[in-house]
Amino acid sequence: MGTIIDLFHYDFFLNAFWASLFAAITCGIVGTYIVARRIVFISGGITHASFGGIGIGYFLGWNPLFGAAIFSVLSGLGIQYFTRAGRLREDSSIAIWWSLGMAIGIIFIYLSPGYAPNLMSYLFGSILTVSSTEIWIMAGLSLVLVAFFTLMYRAILYVAFNEEFAKTTGLPVNLINYILISLIAVTIVMNIRVVGIILIMSLLTLPQATANLFTHDFRHMMLYSVGFAFIGSFAGLLFSFYADIPSGASIIFTLVLLFGIMKGVTLLLNRQKRNHAR
Amino acid sequence: MNKLLEIKNLTVSYDHDVILKDANLVVEKDDFLGVIGPNGGGKTTLIKALLGLVKPAKGEIVFHIPETRIGYLPQINQIDKRFPITVLDVVRSGKTDRRSFSLFSNSKEEISHADSLLKEMGVLHLRDKAIGELSGGQMQRVFLCRSLMNRPELLILDEPDTFVDNQFESELYDKLKELNERMAIILVSHDVGTISYYVKTIACVNRGVHYHPSNVISTEQLASYNCPLQIITHGEIPHTVLSLHENHDHNHGHHH
Repeated sequence: MGTIIDLFHYDFFLNAFWASLFAAITCGIVGTYIVARRIVFISGGITHASFGGIGIGYFLGWNPLFGAAIFSVLSGLGIQYFTRAGRLREDSSIAIWWSLGMAIGIIFIYLSPGYAPNLMSYLFGSILTVSSTEIWIMAGLSLVLVAFFTLMYRAILYVAFNEEFAKTTGLPVNLINYILISLIAVTIVMNIRVVGIILIMSLLTLPQATANLFTHDFRHMMLYSVGFAFIGSFAGLLFSFYADIPSGASIIFTLVLLFGIMKGVTLLLNRQKRNHAR
Repeated sequence: MNKLLEIKNLTVSYDHDVILKDANLVVEKDDFLGVIGPNGGGKTTLIKALLGLVKPAKGEIVFHIPETRIGYLPQINQIDKRFPITVLDVVRSGKTDRRSFSLFSNSKEEISHADSLLKEMGVLHLRDKAIGELSGGQMQRVFLCRSLMNRPELLILDEPDTFVDNQFESELYDKLKELNERMAIILVSHDVGTISYYVKTIACVNRGVHYHPSNVISTEQLASYNCPLQIITHGEIPHTVLSLHENHDHNHGHHH
């Protein structure tokens, strides 16, 4: 067992390090928006719907992530469209896409010749086998997200906080919503390889819940979330390496632990503050 | 000409339910119009049509002022009180025609304008708090600041008196009276008794719009407008029946 520095001599570990950094940036930013807008359930729908794309990708012999990308963007837009134009209740609309995607995925994987060996890595993630190409794509996505959320910060914040009021101030609310739901979908797909479909929700919500303990300001929440997401995923990565357990589950476990510790810290701080006040 | 806007034969429907039918109303420069009517009668729909939030099925609204010069205070239950946003950012969100949305664009003029509004409403000390840390009355003040951010010529308030204590309510109405010197105000309320003390004219919305060019309205008149509302009487407020009522120039919608 070498030191942490030694680990960086391994390509696979270096890749995993970059993957956890970019996962933290993308999920930290997008997750803050998801949590603030209370659309965690929509994100769950998109995540699971993308499984349909993975199944079709396998069946056709494409890169399954390509299929997942198409499916998640379509389901993201579909949920919004069904709800708005089809007058369907939003949670029902989400459930339809959620289950339809899973069903299509299962059917096509069943129909695909041979055994699908990497299936587990899509369900539970496999940060240690992330390729350099995938790292570059995630780096690109990080750049796009940072740029978009910086340049459009006030428009995003105002639409998220009070859609109807934002409309009266002349903001293109629907356009902004569609762009954001597409960015959510792409972020989810790119992070499937890191933590997997089943566990991705926690990378989009746990660092944000932790950040929310310390701030109620959207911009600080994005920043802290990225920080907590990175600490959690890198520590989880090390933990999985030394304890020889699956990385995705290990990262989630670390994120929960981090939340628990920080919750304890804030409770102690508050008690101290109250004692001082006395 | 002092007309700010004219609603002409406005019909709004959701699916196949007609919410507003052939409504007519003129809003002028110094108006302080109280909009009353039963729940589901179309008060909020009328306002949403004014704000361009719902498309009319028929008729039109003619604006004589830029639509961005309309301030809006929505019902407070529309707001997610746990949203991570500061008071200052809420107020700043009232600004339209901004050139940049960037995280780093912090125009001094915009911030000092927001600060002066917060100060005017007596909530400047709360500017860096999260919106969820405020009481109902404090929150309404902040939303009032937001609706004034654009220096409106017309201010529209949708039931600003819900979820606030009595003291704040009367403070709010006094404030509105003061603001009325600078801008026209449309105030939607279910409390006819209280608002009639402050408003200059009343419109009763119940599918149609029945304009009443006075702040004194009687139960009989409300009944004749097909506006089944109970008047809450407040000691000093005169609720006399105007005998010359029929001679007033009414802007009636059609009855159905």
